[in-house]
Amino acid sequence: MSTRRTASFKWLVPFVYIVFLMLPIYWLLNMSFKTTNEILGTFSLFPQEFTLENYRAIFTDPTWYNGYINSLIYVCINTLISVTVALPAAYAFSRYRFLGDKHLFFWLLTNRMAPAAVFALPFFQLYSAMNLFDTHIAVALAHCLFNIPLAVWILEGFMSGVPKELDETAYIDGYPFWKFFTKIFLPTIAAGIGVAAFFCFMFSWVELLLAKTLTSVDAKPIAAVMTRTASSSGYELGLLAAAGTLTMVPGAIVIFFVRNYIAKGFALGRV
Amino acid sequence: MSAKTTNQRAWLLVAPVVVLVAFNAIIPLMTVVNYSVQETFGDNLFFFEGMKWFEEVLSSERFHASLLRQLQFTFIILAIEVPLGVAIALAMPRKGFWASVCLVLMAMPLLIPWNVVGAMWNIFALPDIGLLGKTLNAMGFDYNFTRQPFSAWATLIAMDVWHWTSLVVLLAYAGLSSIPDAYYQAARIDGASAWAVFRYIQLPKLKHVLTIAVLLRFMDSFNIYTEPFVLTGGGPGNSTTLLSLDLVKIALGQFDLGPAAAMSLIYFLIILLFSWIFYTLMTRGEAK
Repeated sequence: MSTRRTASFKWLVPFVYIVFLMLPIYWLLNMSFKTTNEILGTFSLFPQEFTLENYRAIFTDPTWYNGYINSLIYVCINTLISVTVALPAAYAFSRYRFLGDKHLFFWLLTNRMAPAAVFALPFFQLYSAMNLFDTHIAVALAHCLFNIPLAVWILEGFMSGVPKELDETAYIDGYPFWKFFTKIFLPTIAAGIGVAAFFCFMFSWVELLLAKTLTSVDAKPIAAVMTRTASSSGYELGLLAAAGTLTMVPGAIVIFFVRNYIAKGFALGRV
Repeated sequence: MSAKTTNQRAWLLVAPVVVLVAFNAIIPLMTVVNYSVQETFGDNLFFFEGMKWFEEVLSSERFHASLLRQLQFTFIILAIEVPLGVAIALAMPRKGFWASVCLVLMAMPLLIPWNVVGAMWNIFALPDIGLLGKTLNAMGFDYNFTRQPFSAWATLIAMDVWHWTSLVVLLAYAGLSSIPDAYYQAARIDGASAWAVFRYIQLPKLKHVLTIAVLLRFMDSFNIYTEPFVLTGGGPGNSTTLLSLDLVKIALGQFDLGPAAAMSLIYFLIILLFSWIFYTLMTRGEAK
């Protein structure tokens, strides 16, 4: 009896949590439809004078919308590089023992720990010296510092869940390594690739300190455009709220696409 | 666990990763090491100073204070986020439409750029125009995070819980999904209690993902910069000046490259040490 009762109220936990998550987002959304005067002047749960002016300002000003395009370009390049190079490495870590493997794995992880604040200045000097300053590829490469270790780590976990017999059977059947890897192994861990790509996208999209340090005009990320606006033209709260709201859109789209991969889960032990 | 084969050619598979990461890690790190042992008066003139900056940083009260604040912050958010995340993952629907809805909504905060998170919480918590600040004050609490250190701390922690608990939920949920239904059926036949199911079926399966969750949350909370910078700017006073905020103040605010570099290295070594301890403790059972 008691189990049934707990089961019927169980949904309250995620429900309350989601409400808590949505409150600040709702407030941001609410403000994005208000004029700055209304935000500062009155307190209301819904916009009194509903306006799309903030969004119109963003979509008509190239410095604003180019910020979004720049961010998306370097995030996509980074995700592609990170996952591509992490796949064979994760396979090596999950299947083979080789000289220095454990140390190498831990060394990779340590790069996930490096505070971006520490690396900002040296990164600026390094990428300037290579004439890559203010390019998308510079930010994409810089973000590899923390995304590759993460991708290797996640993929290694997924791959270790696949029984070794799968590899052995394929090799006995005469598959060469690369053919086995691309035709059989990668589809088996598709969910893992989805999850790894999701995390790479996410950490590259939200990072600001390095992206801001490595760009000035041509590759300036949207988050940096926002800080500039906040400081140069006073405190345009409505505009800032609208820009903030729009930064959530790409993330929401990506989550929507990978939701089934995450939902299908790490059910690979059963393959 | 089946034994791994020894194969030195596996290095070829790892090589691209090593090259890319080493390029990004070793050259900048050497630059920092270089600064940390030198004094500069501008004009690209540097003088060797040996361990001077390290001694200075390690004995400075300012560093001790921000390190202590940092440790407090990290400890508090780990103590809240990990159990909360596991509890939410356990209570979530296991599959179907509602599971997808939960996952999509919960992942939202993770994909918001960090300065937007800070700005969002700023306007959410401001006592004059924010929903949270206004509501708390209307309920009779004296709440103003720009003036009171305690309110600032509470807001900072609420923001981090809001921002990152979902990461733990996602990882824990993924771990739980990997448990075959047969295990639960067997437990039901044996008449196992909910606690026994958690302790002997769910927790062991969660171990690997929880290792990832704890380590990620530890590293990221220790490196946190943008969100508190936008939310409180380290204030009021220095009450929320965490390590990285202090570091950037010294490096870019005062342009003391030597002490800043020395502090960076000490900072990095602390994270390394803790992570290594966590990593060894949590993977001890697996490595035999």
